Amino acid sequence: MPEKSAGALAAPMPDKKFPLPRISAPRVPRGTLYRGREGMWSWVLHRITGVAIFFFLLVHILDTSLVRLSPQAYNAVIDQYKTPIMGLGEAALVAAIGFHALNGLRIILIDFWSVGTKHQRLMFWIVIGLWVVLMAGFLPRQLIHIFGGA
Amino acid sequence: MTATIESPRSSRTQQHSRFNFEKWGWIYMRASGVVLIVLIFGHLFVNLVAGAGVKAIDFGFVGGKLSQPFWQIWDTLLLWLALIHGANGMRTIVNDYAANPLVRRIFKGALLASALLLILLGTLVIYTFDPCPAGSPAELLPSFCAAK
Repeated sequence: MPEKSAGALAAPMPDKKFPLPRISAPRVPRGTLYRGREGMWSWVLHRITGVAIFFFLLVHILDTSLVRLSPQAYNAVIDQYKTPIMGLGEAALVAAIGFHALNGLRIILIDFWSVGTKHQRLMFWIVIGLWVVLMAGFLPRQLIHIFGGA
Repeated sequence: MTATIESPRSSRTQQHSRFNFEKWGWIYMRASGVVLIVLIFGHLFVNLVAGAGVKAIDFGFVGGKLSQPFWQIWDTLLLWLALIHGANGMRTIVNDYAANPLVRRIFKGALLASALLLILLGTLVIYTFDPCPAGSPAELLPSFCAAK
């Protein structure tokens, strides 16, 4: 009897009236390099940090160029960097540069290392780990420079 | 029996035989990126970590650095590599988000103009810079100026 064999196949289903199986797409797409998970977020962070560093670089070249004008002009502008707010901004800049540099190395490994794409997700977490170590080394020093006496 | 193969209706595109700008841009981002890691972390370490932080940076500090050929070359490489790397990255972003051809041209023109201007300005500053300008108060200048 065909009905019985079909019933045997559908044994795990509790309903005896053969309900239609429900197929739903996974909430997060799998198996892609750039959509939804570590690959996408590393790309987003690489863009944001890159744009931020670029605009800082434009300002930084202009302020340093003031050394050609006069010592007074350069000192007046560089003194604006010596406040707690700018010190925290500097910490954010170093954080951005640190991520951009480490993730840049990850991108190079994805492109040139034979198993780079296979390990790109693990490499993202290694990037985050190294970045935490880098910031743990830099931040205390920077905070002492900003808020430490004299 | 011979088979006749007709000539293609359009001629072969010339792009493959010419200089491939996008390919060299791609290679440049990776090559300059590796060099910039050394240059920028060296720059940050000497200026922000090794001494007393940004508080120690003034005309005397920069003058002392830029009077040495080692830091002149370091800063020149930093200027050229970083600005071209940054401008090319911004060009990629403009290509991604600016759909209007005119807006795209304006943004990319502005990027090119600002990068060229700042490279020219920065290079001139590094190589025409005088660490001991005449008539400046001695306490603002690097210590070696007093000997002159």
